[in-house]
Amino acid sequence: QGPLQVSAALREGRVGAVELCQRCLARVRDTGFLNAYISVAEDAARRQAEEAEKRYQRGQPLGVLDGIPVAVKDNFNTAGIETTCASNMLKGYISPYNATVVQKLLDQGAVLLGKTNLDEFAMGSGSTDGVFGPVRNPWSYSRQYKEKNTSKSHSENEDSEWVITGGSSGGSAAAVSSFTCFAALGSDTGGSTRNPAAHCGVVGLKPTYGLISRHGLIPLVNSMDVPGILTRCVDDAAVLLGLLAGHDPQDSTTIQDTFKPFELPDSIDIRKLCIGIPKEYHVPELSSEIQTLWSKAADLFKDAGAKVIEVSLPHTPYSIVCYHVLCTAEVASNMARFDGLEYGHRADMKQSTESMYAATRREGFNDVVRGRILSGNYFLLKENYDNYFVKAQKVRRLIANDFVKVFGSGVDILLTPTTLSDAAPYVEFIKEDNRTRSAQDDILTQAANMAGLPAVSVPAALSKRGLPLGLQFIGHSFQEKQLLTVAKWFEKQVKFPVIQLEDVKRHDCSVFQHQKSVSSL
Amino acid sequence: EQVPAAVLEHLERLALVDFRDAEGVRRLQEAVRFAERLHEVDTEGVEPMDSVLEDRCLYLREDDVTEGNCTKELLKNAKEKIEEYFVAPPGNIPLPKLGERETFEQQS
Repeated sequence: QGPLQVSAALREGRVGAVELCQRCLARVRDTGFLNAYISVAEDAARRQAEEAEKRYQRGQPLGVLDGIPVAVKDNFNTAGIETTCASNMLKGYISPYNATVVQKLLDQGAVLLGKTNLDEFAMGSGSTDGVFGPVRNPWSYSRQYKEKNTSKSHSENEDSEWVITGGSSGGSAAAVSSFTCFAALGSDTGGSTRNPAAHCGVVGLKPTYGLISRHGLIPLVNSMDVPGILTRCVDDAAVLLGLLAGHDPQDSTTIQDTFKPFELPDSIDIRKLCIGIPKEYHVPELSSEIQTLWSKAADLFKDAGAKVIEVSLPHTPYSIVCYHVLCTAEVASNMARFDGLEYGHRADMKQSTESMYAATRREGFNDVVRGRILSGNYFLLKENYDNYFVKAQKVRRLIANDFVKVFGSGVDILLTPTTLSDAAPYVEFIKEDNRTRSAQDDILTQAANMAGLPAVSVPAALSKRGLPLGLQFIGHSFQEKQLLTVAKWFEKQVKFPVIQLEDVKRHDCSVFQHQKSVSSL
Repeated sequence: EQVPAAVLEHLERLALVDFRDAEGVRRLQEAVRFAERLHEVDTEGVEPMDSVLEDRCLYLREDDVTEGNCTKELLKNAKEKIEEYFVAPPGNIPLPKLGERETFEQQS
């Protein structure tokens, strides 16, 4: 169920906010083996739930999100709760403030259950490279997956068969997918919300750059980062978007236009739509299953009367290398703040400031982070700046212009796959290094970040291994309403199955299993 | 082409992060090689793009103090402090050269 339905239940007194919170916290405990959460704020959550319950009793809930348990990726600052970015650099760091999006959730009465796991500093596409260990995809423990993996013998091999969540917002995706909360915040710089959403069978929305405040989101790439929204259905994503979007004076990269929250229509006239299928997304690495799924989806729209055409985004193949340079360059700059002086880890080195900084950073950052900092600094060297950094900025414009041309020619929405295949088993995934994996996995999602466009991954079908496959819709800048309207239509057509989790206590599932959708009653 | 050792050392100083081992150096070489592909793109006459919001004006607020006075809060997260100061080891001491570094650290 999603926030709106549960909200109705709370309003009508069918369930109390405190009980709801307890049940979710119990579920967090029971799904601990997924390693989706880094910190669980039990006491704070209970207090928030108690306040919410009092408001419901007075008949004065703050809004649709009042009393609803949510989770937040651990790269958002949360006052009084540890914020680690899954790194030794920030272990023990208790933020003195809330990120704007966190504050907005709390102001609406949402109950913050805890902080979710990620790749260290959001660098990665597996949620496997954080200091608290990898996140396990809840679908690894689903009946759907287990049925297709009967060839292995029972318990001894079971543990090595688990699949990754994708990343870097894997913890948030797993938290939503396993019913521990009703919505979660992620972040998206190269696909970090959409990728795990696709692998975990949930909706992952990347809003237009500039729509949602980044204040308090520990930055990776300032010109591409956005907070991401993970929910179990498209309507929920629209609800969350409505509460989070809008200008923030504390983030001057948020646009000043007034944002009007919207409800998604239950039906639309598909015949008015023009769907573009970008041919460059048809990469050789795409699994045949996903190719078929993508084709079927295009046919779905065609059969419903939409105009479905092939389009070209010619600079797509350069998106990853362009990202590689711009990302590492911005990372080199953004990670410079971690020096041990004001917050975070500090090495026990007193000889000189520089040696203390160097030791702190050696001890605090993992290889992935350090690798990107070094690469970034290389591209920013005076002798390399024009040839790499500025060059990449020019290629970025070409990539962004590709979209402008296509959207300017009458295409409303682009339809593409989100990932190359279903989720890989962890033991397979770690055979390649982080940069290689990221370069492979971000291919389909990255360009939307380059161009700042809104994009959403919607669960579409199960693979032959019983794992979720998602498809991605990319829309015009700031046209989230149209994007989500189309996504919702698609979601209704495909009727993606509910995960059947077996290892968790059954009686807790009953409240959560009925419907996924969020419609006020 | 390999990245020259002098550049590697220069990078370590700029980044204040070390390569740690041959694997780290190899990773950089790979990253540089990967980036070479950018040069296949013809960007003649193309302006670099700093931000997708380049056609808009950034919001600038009034230059008024609206928050602050949170010294105690901010100092809470610092490991070493005296009164209202963050304490740093002495500055203006350059990092030792690569060869000397191991002994330097052993001394401290």
